[in-house]
Amino acid sequence: MGLLTNLRSSISRAVSSLFSEEEPKRIGIYGPPNAGKTTLANRIARDWTEHGDAVGPESHVPHETRRARRKENVEIERDGKTVTIDVVDTPGVTTKVDYTEFLEHDLEKEDAVRRSREATEGVAEAMHWLREDVDGVVYVLDSTSDPFTQVNTMLIGIIESQDLPVLILANKIDLEDSSVQRIQNAFPQHETIPLSALEGDNMDEVYDKIAEYFG
Amino acid sequence: MADLKKPDGVQIDLISAARMDGLASMEKIRLILDGVRDGNIVILEDGLTPDEESRLIEVTMTEISPDEFNGIEIETYPRSETADASFLDRLMGRQSTNKLTVIGPANQIETLHKDETIIQTLVSRK
Repeated sequence: MGLLTNLRSSISRAVSSLFSEEEPKRIGIYGPPNAGKTTLANRIARDWTEHGDAVGPESHVPHETRRARRKENVEIERDGKTVTIDVVDTPGVTTKVDYTEFLEHDLEKEDAVRRSREATEGVAEAMHWLREDVDGVVYVLDSTSDPFTQVNTMLIGIIESQDLPVLILANKIDLEDSSVQRIQNAFPQHETIPLSALEGDNMDEVYDKIAEYFG
Repeated sequence: MADLKKPDGVQIDLISAARMDGLASMEKIRLILDGVRDGNIVILEDGLTPDEESRLIEVTMTEISPDEFNGIEIETYPRSETADASFLDRLMGRQSTNKLTVIGPANQIETLHKDETIIQTLVSRK
């Protein structure tokens, strides 16, 4: 599996690089809700864009991001070279949305229902982007949670079936319960990079790998 | 049939690979979601392809409605390296699905435990 996957990724990257002069690759930030995708997107935007505008609001309430948002022409400099990508922050993917869970976060029923409706639209949008419109994936997981879920297994399977290059990020390593090893064990066929998008820990390695995988 | 009073219980639809083979992707998804929305547990002898799984998530999202349908719970055995498609299959882009898949309404099915050899779920009545 590993050899073939690497071979196919290399071919796909080599083919893609032929067109790299034309337009930046669109890199989708995917993962389950509350993994820290928007926090990562915002950090990348702050670190590498002129005005450093945030991609979207961050929150501990699930499904804060309910629309895919694209930050264009993010220029990441590594080893004297510049890699230009479009960062697409996507809503967290799930197979179920229950508005009553938002009530636990002190939302009124009307707001919770609206949030759940927008969340479902956002997940559908994220899936559409994944099938049609991204050239590579940064898959963000909360390293304090069990990565061995059906949504993660399905999404990684979908990404692999499309031969998209994928970098797995084990986020929230600043928290006590974090276990990067658990993520490595769940997806041994892919490289896992630890980070804290919130604190900015290990971002140099993250940018090195983004440049390597998507440059 | 419509006049018969349904006994109190949970209906399980075991759908054979042969039945699914003859269906287009959207027909498969419709078959699954129609069953699940009726409160049934759908078990597929042969699973869906990754592309069909992606569309299943997308269509499920469009059908979620507050106080009526919260979405689905889906479980399959993890794809193991040894049970994966052969080298030639993968080279030719063929994907081996071949994994038992359990799908049910999110508010009626709860996964208790899952590993490479067993899926334990708790199913409750509507």
